[in-house]
Amino acid sequence: MRRIRRTHVFVAALAAALCVPASGVSSGKPGTALPTRIAAGEGKLTMIAWEGYLDPKWVKPFQAQTGCKIQPKYAGSSDEMVTLMRSGGGGQYDMVSASGDASLRLIYGKDVQAVNTSLVPSWKKFFKAFQDPPNNTVGGKHYGISLQWGPNTLMYNTKKVTTAPTSWSAIYSSKYKGRITVPNNPIQIADVALYLSKTQPSLGITDPYELNKKQFDAAIALIKKQKPLVKKYWGLSSDEVSLFKNGDAWIGASWPVTTGTLKAAKVPVREIIPKEGATGWLDTWMLSAKAKHPNCAYKWYSYISSPKVQAMQAVTWGETPVNKLACTQMNKLVKGSCAAYHANAPEAYYRSIKFWKTPIADCGNGKKDCTDYTKWVSAWNQATS
Amino acid sequence: MGERLESGDLLGSGRGGPSVARVRRRLSAPFWRFPWLRGIALLIPPVGWFLLLYVAALAVLFVSAFWSVDVFTTKVVHSWNLDNFREIFTSAAWRRVVVRTVVIAALVTITDAILAFPFAFYMARLASRRTRAVLFVLVLLPLWSSYLVRVYAWKVILAQNGILNWSLERIGLPGANIGYSNTAMWLVFSYIWLPFMILPVYAALERIPDSYIEASRDLGARGFKTFRTVVLPLALPGVIAGSIFTFSLTLGDYITPTLVGGAGSTFIGNVVYNTGLGAAGNLPFAAAFASVPLAVMAVYLVLARRSGAFEAL
Amino acid sequence: METRATRIGLRAWTLAVVLFLYLPIVIIILYAFNAQTAQGWPITNWTTKWFSPTLHNGEMQQALLLSLKAGLGATVIALLLGSAAAFAVHRFRFFGREAISFLFVLPIALPGIITGMALNSFFTFWKTNFSLWTIIVGHATFCIVIVYNNVIARLRRTPTSLTEASMDLGADGWQTFRFVTFPAISTALVSGALLAFALSFDEVIVTTFTAGAQNTLPIWIFGNIRIGQQLPEVNVIVFVILLITIIPVTIAQRLTRESGILRNQ
Repeated sequence: MRRIRRTHVFVAALAAALCVPASGVSSGKPGTALPTRIAAGEGKLTMIAWEGYLDPKWVKPFQAQTGCKIQPKYAGSSDEMVTLMRSGGGGQYDMVSASGDASLRLIYGKDVQAVNTSLVPSWKKFFKAFQDPPNNTVGGKHYGISLQWGPNTLMYNTKKVTTAPTSWSAIYSSKYKGRITVPNNPIQIADVALYLSKTQPSLGITDPYELNKKQFDAAIALIKKQKPLVKKYWGLSSDEVSLFKNGDAWIGASWPVTTGTLKAAKVPVREIIPKEGATGWLDTWMLSAKAKHPNCAYKWYSYISSPKVQAMQAVTWGETPVNKLACTQMNKLVKGSCAAYHANAPEAYYRSIKFWKTPIADCGNGKKDCTDYTKWVSAWNQATS
Repeated sequence: MGERLESGDLLGSGRGGPSVARVRRRLSAPFWRFPWLRGIALLIPPVGWFLLLYVAALAVLFVSAFWSVDVFTTKVVHSWNLDNFREIFTSAAWRRVVVRTVVIAALVTITDAILAFPFAFYMARLASRRTRAVLFVLVLLPLWSSYLVRVYAWKVILAQNGILNWSLERIGLPGANIGYSNTAMWLVFSYIWLPFMILPVYAALERIPDSYIEASRDLGARGFKTFRTVVLPLALPGVIAGSIFTFSLTLGDYITPTLVGGAGSTFIGNVVYNTGLGAAGNLPFAAAFASVPLAVMAVYLVLARRSGAFEAL
Repeated sequence: METRATRIGLRAWTLAVVLFLYLPIVIIILYAFNAQTAQGWPITNWTTKWFSPTLHNGEMQQALLLSLKAGLGATVIALLLGSAAAFAVHRFRFFGREAISFLFVLPIALPGIITGMALNSFFTFWKTNFSLWTIIVGHATFCIVIVYNNVIARLRRTPTSLTEASMDLGADGWQTFRFVTFPAISTALVSGALLAFALSFDEVIVTTFTAGAQNTLPIWIFGNIRIGQQLPEVNVIVFVILLITIIPVTIAQRLTRESGILRNQ
């Protein structure tokens, strides 16, 4: 046994570590001018996407046409997408298919850059509601191109739920105790607020994403009341498919893609948009502020917005295109799909859906007392845990 | 008989012969003269790795628990405060999450200890050499079959229309409604970590010399008394070593609660994951919450080291 | 010493535990032959059609290759650093000696999500790109303790008289290591390496936080579980890996078998 003297490496390292600030938000470069033309592709494109958004069916032709090889990274939640976009100091990924509950955060966090819509010819053929939705257009600048959308519907098993429900009250009633499922997403508070805006008008809720303290507390109280009735809070469509298929849940909040998958698996389900209305999600392909392959990105924008590809993605994944001309293409692939997914409704229909947007303290009516998303996350996690 | 043997001849230093050996010896001379040099050279890479990479990263993470986040810019603000910790201790919901996680972790540990001990005892002291080899392989093999897929298999087994209820129906019993519940989580965790408990307990039991048992018998102790006074105390460090794994792995898991947990099954790991990432990235709060299992495990490890469990790992 | 009743009871208990351990494994194998993609019960249509597409699935092959590379890299680093630390702790006395084993066990004792988040913030701060190397760093950190524990346990059981005798006979440090010390610890190194590789191969939480656009096999499996459309392929690959790993696990068992000096059997 021998003695050796110890160096103070430990103390030095700890001192060095304490001087290092915890990672915060990366700041992108200050607004650079928009590009005016699409140059030659860089040969590569790294993308963060929802599972199934980069299906070889439409990725392979794109790669063959443009020579831009796609490297996908799949994420399971909007929160994951935001974290990924900021990893490695930003710039590790070129594009992200962000939903409305994350897009504003990315914009205010300067993680994404504005895009020149005139370089994307199909953009002119979008429904007006999706050309400049508030969740990707800020101050007249377009931070991305809308992709596809879907409503948050009420789905039920027609064999177990014998009286067809017409209202969201079905998922708050103890009639189906232990057989209810709702999404595990803080943005779900908006659905509750939407329900309260019709059933408790005295609260005065006009926008379910702009809630003052009183309105917010009322929504949280209802969520706490609902919790003993819920079997499980689902995270992904496949979770809900398991729940319904295996008989653990009979009724709950859902997406059209879930209903489609269950019907294909011969489970008797039906989905409706209840009389109080519905929220919806709208996905946008956003371009990183530090993107290394912007030309390939613009090529992708043109490709994914074109009617044929929009229809292909809509029918394969189970969502609704933003391009007006996709409707006929959808019916060519699957008869009747255009109407089933409301791909050719009048503009008023789209404006009636309360699309996801990140709640911020600034209410937009002069006041700044609305509850911000950090509090939504904390309150939701506490109410459902 | 007066031949001087070169150490090279004696041990056959291979190619290069005596000259390579001489260079090697010259290089290793300072390590011989100053033994502590050898110690430092051996120690710096691993310890340096840990301190500069792991401990530094941990320190930064936990220091940020004392900071907060500016809601407008989502940037971390270096204003020292205890708000995060205050919120954890004053909120009934957060306390419930911590208690639930610790209680289930403890239950899982106890369950695994009970399941593993007789199994390890049989394997170490009663099984023939061939049986022991087979059992050893059988215990290790599941560790290679993907944790995720095994948990998912339990989801299928415990579902309402799953195998468990199907079997119960066959024998005329009512269906069990344990899919997506804390009971399901306890069951799945006990299953997943069982090999981690079996191995250290087996190693500890196997090291007990037969002479101890014989001596105890010679002194008049019957089977159970020998077991209680000789075998059990000697096997205890193995149980505690196994419990370190089962307890800490359950304490920090968030995947199993997501897959087989129900509406009231949130674990510490889920809260850390949900609040620390992305859009509402409240990293300071997540770090504060993550310090709870850290504190629990620190206490547990200190107690475990006292009992000698680290030698049995 | 044990009564016959005890012996029978223990044998029954052991059998029950083995059945418990393998029930889900059997389910996994059964579902590899399920015709439907959604995993319901009972299985109505049986088929072997999933085997070929799975083994030819490019994404799966890349994920498997990455897992193998990461496992290998992490194991090599763990072998070098773990045994170096074990030697240092065994042979020398120094300030903080008892704290070393505590320090090394932290990555396993602390929840994976903490290790993952800490490393993620660390890499993000130093603007390191997430790649195979960040994965290897993450895995090596918790693999070191496995090798360390195995080697130091073996060193404690190896009498020091052997090395002293070797020195007395005129061997220098390197020769002593090569001919005396290394053979004594070689089986500990191999079993430590196998266990470390197994841990790295199946790790998902820390990897999620330290991987870039690459997928290791567990991450690929996690993605497939989440999307729920290619579940049988996951079952197939797990089944195949299980069959293949019977070999290294049997080898590990042979190597860690005690010589039975203290036991009469």
